[in-house]
Amino acid sequence: MKLSARGGADDRSLAQETSTLSFLIRRLLLSLVTLGVLSILVFAGGQLLPGDVGRSILGPLADERAVAALNHQLGTDRSLTVQYLDWISHFVRGDMSTSYAFRSPVAPFVGAALANSLKLAAVAFVIVVPLGIAGGVLAAMKRGTATDRIITITGLSATVIPEFVSGIILILLFGIGLRLFPMTATAPPGSGVLTGIYYLLLPSFPLVFLLFGYIARMARAGTIEALDSDYTRTAVLKGLPWRLVIWRHVLRNALLPTITVVASQAGYMIGGLVVIETLFRYQGIGSLIYTAARGHDFPMLEAGVLVVGLVYVAVTLAADLAYTALNPRLRGALR
Amino acid sequence: MSLAPALRSGPVRWERTRLLLSTPTFMVGLAILLFWVGCATVGQTLVDPLADDMMNSLLPPSAEHWFGTDQLGRDMFARVIAGSRDILIVAPLATVLGIVCGTLLGLIMGFFPGLVDDLLSRLIEAVLALPLLILALVALTALGASNGTVIVAIGLAFTPQVARVVRSAVMSERHLDYVAAARLRGETAVYIMVVEILPNILPPITVELTVRLGYAIFTVATLSFLGVGLQPPSPDWGLAISENYALIGGGYWWTVLFDALAIGSLVVSINLIAEGLNGALE
Amino acid sequence: MSAPAVPDALRIENLDVMYRVRGQERSVLRNLNLRIGAGETYGLVGESGCGKSTAALAVMRYLPRNGRIGGGHVLIDGEDLYGLSQTGLRQLRQTRLSMVYQDPGRALNPAITVGAQLAEVFTVAGAYSADADKRAVAMLRHVRITDPERVMGRYPHQLSGGMLQRTVIAMALAVDRKLIILDEPTTGLDATVEAEVLDLIDTLRREHGTAILFIGHNLAVIARMCERVGVLYGGLLVEEAPTRELFAAPRHPYTVGLLRCLPRLGLDRKLRRLDTIPGFPPSGAVELQGCIFANRCGLVRDRCRTEPPALSALGGGRSSRCFFHEEAGDLPRVTPPDPVEHVPPGEEHPLLVVESLGKTFGSGSHSVHALRDISFTIARGETVGLVGESGSGKSTLARILLGLERADPGSRIAFEANRRGGTQARHAIQMVFQNPDSALNRSHRVGRILRRALVRLGGLRGEILRGRLLALSRGVQLADSYLQAKPRQLSGGLKQRVAIARAFAGAPQLVVCDEPTSALDVSVQAAILNLLGDLQAAERVSYLFISHDLSVIRYVADRIAVLYLGRLLEIGPAESVFQGPHHPYTEALLSATPAPDGTLRRVKLSGAPPSAMSPPKGCVFHTRCPRHIGPICDTEEPALSERGGGHGIRCHLGSDDLGRAQVDQSSAA
Ligand code: SF4
Ligand code: SF4
Repeated sequence: MKLSARGGADDRSLAQETSTLSFLIRRLLLSLVTLGVLSILVFAGGQLLPGDVGRSILGPLADERAVAALNHQLGTDRSLTVQYLDWISHFVRGDMSTSYAFRSPVAPFVGAALANSLKLAAVAFVIVVPLGIAGGVLAAMKRGTATDRIITITGLSATVIPEFVSGIILILLFGIGLRLFPMTATAPPGSGVLTGIYYLLLPSFPLVFLLFGYIARMARAGTIEALDSDYTRTAVLKGLPWRLVIWRHVLRNALLPTITVVASQAGYMIGGLVVIETLFRYQGIGSLIYTAARGHDFPMLEAGVLVVGLVYVAVTLAADLAYTALNPRLRGALR
Repeated sequence: MSLAPALRSGPVRWERTRLLLSTPTFMVGLAILLFWVGCATVGQTLVDPLADDMMNSLLPPSAEHWFGTDQLGRDMFARVIAGSRDILIVAPLATVLGIVCGTLLGLIMGFFPGLVDDLLSRLIEAVLALPLLILALVALTALGASNGTVIVAIGLAFTPQVARVVRSAVMSERHLDYVAAARLRGETAVYIMVVEILPNILPPITVELTVRLGYAIFTVATLSFLGVGLQPPSPDWGLAISENYALIGGGYWWTVLFDALAIGSLVVSINLIAEGLNGALE
Repeated sequence: MSAPAVPDALRIENLDVMYRVRGQERSVLRNLNLRIGAGETYGLVGESGCGKSTAALAVMRYLPRNGRIGGGHVLIDGEDLYGLSQTGLRQLRQTRLSMVYQDPGRALNPAITVGAQLAEVFTVAGAYSADADKRAVAMLRHVRITDPERVMGRYPHQLSGGMLQRTVIAMALAVDRKLIILDEPTTGLDATVEAEVLDLIDTLRREHGTAILFIGHNLAVIARMCERVGVLYGGLLVEEAPTRELFAAPRHPYTVGLLRCLPRLGLDRKLRRLDTIPGFPPSGAVELQGCIFANRCGLVRDRCRTEPPALSALGGGRSSRCFFHEEAGDLPRVTPPDPVEHVPPGEEHPLLVVESLGKTFGSGSHSVHALRDISFTIARGETVGLVGESGSGKSTLARILLGLERADPGSRIAFEANRRGGTQARHAIQMVFQNPDSALNRSHRVGRILRRALVRLGGLRGEILRGRLLALSRGVQLADSYLQAKPRQLSGGLKQRVAIARAFAGAPQLVVCDEPTSALDVSVQAAILNLLGDLQAAERVSYLFISHDLSVIRYVADRIAVLYLGRLLEIGPAESVFQGPHHPYTEALLSATPAPDGTLRRVKLSGAPPSAMSPPKGCVFHTRCPRHIGPICDTEEPALSERGGGHGIRCHLGSDDLGRAQVDQSSAA
């Protein structure tokens, strides 16, 4: 629409409230559509690619009739649409079908693994978010100096080093060399919360490395934009003390976009969990997906992957809503 | 500050090149990358990464074996040098595949708003809900691991991400008046996309290319580490780490450390180059 | 002269400012000397790149990161600005010095309510917060904002441009300051809103006795607001004088040239061609050898090239940086004054007929009539000027005519060429865009841009193509060497010439010019307007000329159409529209446009322009109309009724009750 929206104060705020609501609804619907498409993709990946499921489980030498029987038992001889609808309708009710490998329902495995992964992710986030933001803001305020360059380049380099590389170096250094941390992420059964966190520290470091650069970069860019803005100039020229300029005028605007980045990185982080959990022998969603993939346990794989997508969509949705709620400019703006 | 002499300073390209060559981060990155490219091209003719010697297995670094030897008594130095080869073939090819497909898709989405864009956007959004690594893992599980499938899996996994970048670049160009002028001349959509818009969005695509190359290396190494990427007996770094990882509990640190450092230096070098380019193209 | 006890509000002594650009120092201000007495208004004018905004930032001690003071002093209210500690500087800004700049939408923090931002000015000066809020409300009322309590809780994006600029002005005036710098404070605002804001500034500065440094490119605005004026060129003050004298008898060739470039109200292309200033402004990199204006000056002698002239006092508060200032008024014209050869518009069948054209965005209850019931014609060789503020739908109208957007069903657009063969139409309507930067593809060379247009629109090939290409670029006075250049290597004026050449590649019959000069400096604007006039005479093309600047419209147009919120409020021959009877809105627009000699008679509008998303019922103008006659205006939309001589006005009032021109129109020349 190519209309200028310059109007009186009144009609605008009115128009705004209605569009806030429609924005929320729209955003929610879009997320649902995304999930729907995702479920189809996952189903296609898990059901189409392996071809004959019974054959792939029983191996090439198995009897034709046995394969057919197994396929019938698993329901994989029905039409794809029927299979999909069956699968997804059960899935939304929490019934994620049966694992080929364990011959038992998938859901409890996925639930436990997800809980473990969220613990690990939480530890990493608690460390990296404040660190990244502080680093980015500091770099922005010292723009062009050595401090800025060190933060930026270290951050960027840390971001691209694969987790298994940094993980191995950390294990060599702290687990084997200095013996400061255990080499596994799983605390012995019966240990307390603090011990649990202690066991999760070393595994969370590679994730911290991975995310620090991103968050710092966004925070830096946001802060610089805010520092260079006209409104900051207004604030300075008002004679406000520098401290107030930063806290009240710069940071508020600078850090808003960082929220979305942090959220989208949450999804990214789950990708990293595959490696970290394998490396540190931790029973999370990442290692679950990995094991299922290697063992061709498709129901497990599908459930795990779909749950990862679900978490991602939920987190980005939450971040978008938070961003909208915190940003007066967007409160009510249609995307 | 727009001062307007008759003709402003010469071609942009030269200025950019000069700027790039005077950026330390870019030059350091380039030097490291060239080193590894050198190793990949001539490394195998100088050292033999496959020569095993069971009598000399798991030796620590020494004057004879600078980086020690592995379980089969193979020289780690030779393996690290030669290990750059496969990853430097697979990762760039995967990147190019992803950039080409993504640019095509992004151009189409950015240029045809409405139904086409909406549908493809949903699809891309759905794919992007899955981390790159999981995507590649699932694809490789289904396709089976080989150099070719790794390229295809990573290339396709990159496509939606590149498409999104290209799409937004196209969207911001599409409203510029030169596109309206082209329409007034009656140019076809393909002409406008390829001849008018594409040259103007090459800078972000170039940056995307370098960034993606970094991720491709990242992902290939990780997949190899997970055993679904490059396959033995390749001296590939990720693969070597996964083969020797079980040994580090026994104190054989040299079997993984040098490979780890090699991967680190390669991805960092690409990243430094990307950073330098980004600064120069801004 | 003010009493010795009161220090000057601003004193700039020998100020040099440099920028570092790509490792090279550039002089932006050279040896600037300036004095503004307490309570005085001083205008600093100049074209883009002359250093006027840098002067403002230097006076605020807020130069960009790559800028530095090379020497000299800035004294504010007697205090040496660059000698102050950080605390001293803060105190100065809190109490004695303030600035208002262009684009109020960006000057306010988007994440904080307007009220909180305004109250900050008081708290920082030591007020308690409850008290500060109270004073903020009072201040908003003071800048004539109705219902200030409500506005206090609003975020900047919820207010209109005019309201925002008032708020910023309120912030600047909140504490009685000694000096306020206004840097292009109304650029980007609609004409009627601009007029209101200028009125406000004028009233308030009298009430508060604040000195003002007013920086701008619009000579008419400066003339209206300021007591004294300084003209900046290439970082040098070239002339300074009391406003009236400067505009009546400029004493520097640059000022003379600048004033001649202006299309004044009452001047039109059938009477006189605009003069221009040849060449390009200096780049700032070079050491000065002689007069900075020497390579563009019509009075240049040998002496000018070797010896830089000083700013010498001429008595009566005037000074000029020219050896031959007595002769400045006799500056030879660059372009001959004889009018652009004018072919009267054809009497035959009109080229374009538009009937009850409408455009609706959205559907159902959310639908917005961006354009409604638009009917007009354009004759061959005629220029129709289209005036409208933002949200009037003028760009939408242009895009529909060009076929870039579709009109509502039931609209009738009949184009002469259409009747002869369908495909002709595309070639026959072309466009010149507002922003030459985005209108040219930055990765194509000029030659390629023009060649493609000739191929597509002119259907040319081979040898003929090459010949036409040269003819085309020479026709818009582009040197042949520019064909090899990329757009970024050209100045704004040159780019616009390329864009014009492109539009004319296929011998169009109608060219839509969408604000073609509003992004350009006045001296460049004059050259472009002359060029468009010459091309029209040569090719007998018709123009639909869109502009917000009435003096430009007056200069170029045969007929004028006035658009407001998607409705055509008035249309008629240029003379009748300017003479009256006027539609009340046109009357307000006309009176909002100051003449370069500063004279003005104001018809004031109340209230902000309504949103284009929800235009008022009845007469769309009724919410602001000063002549509103009663309920009929609120409920019934008037028809566009004929007032004689092809002059239509959409108002319930009879012709005798409508306003007429009071400005003397005979001063054309
Ligand atoms: S000094 Fe000479 S060149 Fe300069 S403005 Fe005066 S006459 Fe022109
Ligand atoms: S119809 Fe009424 S409100 Fe509309 S312009 Fe005429 S007098 Fe004003």
